[in-house]
Amino acid sequence: MTFFAFAFYLFAFCTLAGGLFTVIARNPVHSVLWLILAFLSSAGLFILVGAEFVALLLVIVYVGAVAVLFLFVVMMLDVDFTELRAGMTRYLPIGLLIGLVVLMQLAIAFGSWTFSEGVEARLRATAPVAVELQNTSALGMLLYDRYLILFQLAGLILLVAMIGAIVLTLRHRTNVKRQDILAQIYRDPAKSMELKDVKPGQGL
Amino acid sequence: MSEFLTTSTGIALVILAQSLLLVVLLLMSLAVLLYADRKIWAAVQMRKGPNVVGLFGLLQSFADFFKYALKEIVVPAGADRVVYFLAPMASFVLAIMLWAVIPFGPGMVLADLNVALLYIFAISSLEVYGVIMGGWASNSKYPFLGSLRSAAQMISYEVSIGLILIGVIISTGSLNLSMIVLAQEGPLGLLHWYWLPHLPMVVLFFVSALAETNRAPFDLPEAESELVAGYQVEYSSTPFLLFMIGEYAALVFMCALISVIFFGGWLSPVPFLPDGMFWMFLKILVMFFIISMVKAIVPRYRYDQLMRLGWKVFLPFSLAWVVLVAFLAHFELLGGFYARWAVGG
Repeated sequence: MTFFAFAFYLFAFCTLAGGLFTVIARNPVHSVLWLILAFLSSAGLFILVGAEFVALLLVIVYVGAVAVLFLFVVMMLDVDFTELRAGMTRYLPIGLLIGLVVLMQLAIAFGSWTFSEGVEARLRATAPVAVELQNTSALGMLLYDRYLILFQLAGLILLVAMIGAIVLTLRHRTNVKRQDILAQIYRDPAKSMELKDVKPGQGL
Repeated sequence: MSEFLTTSTGIALVILAQSLLLVVLLLMSLAVLLYADRKIWAAVQMRKGPNVVGLFGLLQSFADFFKYALKEIVVPAGADRVVYFLAPMASFVLAIMLWAVIPFGPGMVLADLNVALLYIFAISSLEVYGVIMGGWASNSKYPFLGSLRSAAQMISYEVSIGLILIGVIISTGSLNLSMIVLAQEGPLGLLHWYWLPHLPMVVLFFVSALAETNRAPFDLPEAESELVAGYQVEYSSTPFLLFMIGEYAALVFMCALISVIFFGGWLSPVPFLPDGMFWMFLKILVMFFIISMVKAIVPRYRYDQLMRLGWKVFLPFSLAWVVLVAFLAHFELLGGFYARWAVGG
């Protein structure tokens, strides 16, 4: 077995194990940690197929940002997960049935799936030549040259979503003391302080 | 033998040996740097510093190492044992992993990644996990509050570090650290390095690096006098040692990164002296000296001031700088001062 194959099986096994334990771990914090393992090993799989840019983006965005937020929320919330799980055995048959139905539907859909004529040539036409370009610049060419409008529109939608979230949660509280840094910096010692020369034994 | 080294197992073994060499050298130099840090700190405060163990106290770090390693590991009752021990290991391993992409000389790099800067950003964004896991797994109030505080701090300053790196990437047109160094090469020596075109960002990056590695004046995670240390309160002996070594490894890594992206890595500052590894090490040491002096001189920040500085000052400023550099580089203004991709990449 080559080193490459060994690495592939290692990452694949870790991804599957991480996903499985995310679901069955009793402690929600452990669930998030298993999820992080799954993310990291799928990033490893991306590196094995030569997509290093996507792999590192996966680590930065999902592990470095999204999972940290998950972890924060899960640690702060006091959710009793054993209570949530109490009815699991009762609903397990129905869940399995639904899963089976979805699986069958996917099998039917993809079993008769065929590619149209000349799809490979069209795929190749959109993608830049991989040999002479690095991952990063190839993706940059696609996103910022060919699909610029779509990319910017996606960014705009995200911006709107972010502004919406801020508007929904922002409350202006009037009875809170706020620190005004500029006002503090621009305070004049001559105006805010009065120096008195106190004679001994007299007082003011 | 030489045939074996070209097989995939042989290459894997060679990489393993190189990594081991790098880690051993790194840990040895960390021991000396730790001693230097304490000596500089002492000199500023007109103390003697460590001077008992060995000649001039040179063996103090090794004595400390044995002290940590030989003491009993105390695990608090009710702690999550697996996560409790995972946390220091994570922060140590991640800090060491960062060093894989640092080029010490031309071709002297363990992993010459095309996406090295992205790798650095990814790994350093993972370092927050050591802090969060350590605070949570201790099952105690103070470490938990401390870990939330430190995690917020590390995430905040990561944003501005990322934006500053983007400015350098735009100038070079490559994410590869060796390319970034080569793009700074020129007949004028040190005037060709990125510190000159990216001057305001050098200061911002230096401050952000201090905050990111939880170093004074932003060492709120271990503010022992007023905030009851932080995520590492419940840690003792070897796990604590791992946290501390990880912190120093990340700190010295930041020195190396500043040297590479702003101060020309292995390049010689003057044209008549040859380039080489010596310059890289010298730059790392000078940066470390400056950071030590900052620890000795600057008083600790208040937490709300820290957050305000990160989000309301550094973030807008570095974002505006990215836009400015992109403009200057794209139109190759100022004689291509900001567009170096023709030179290096």
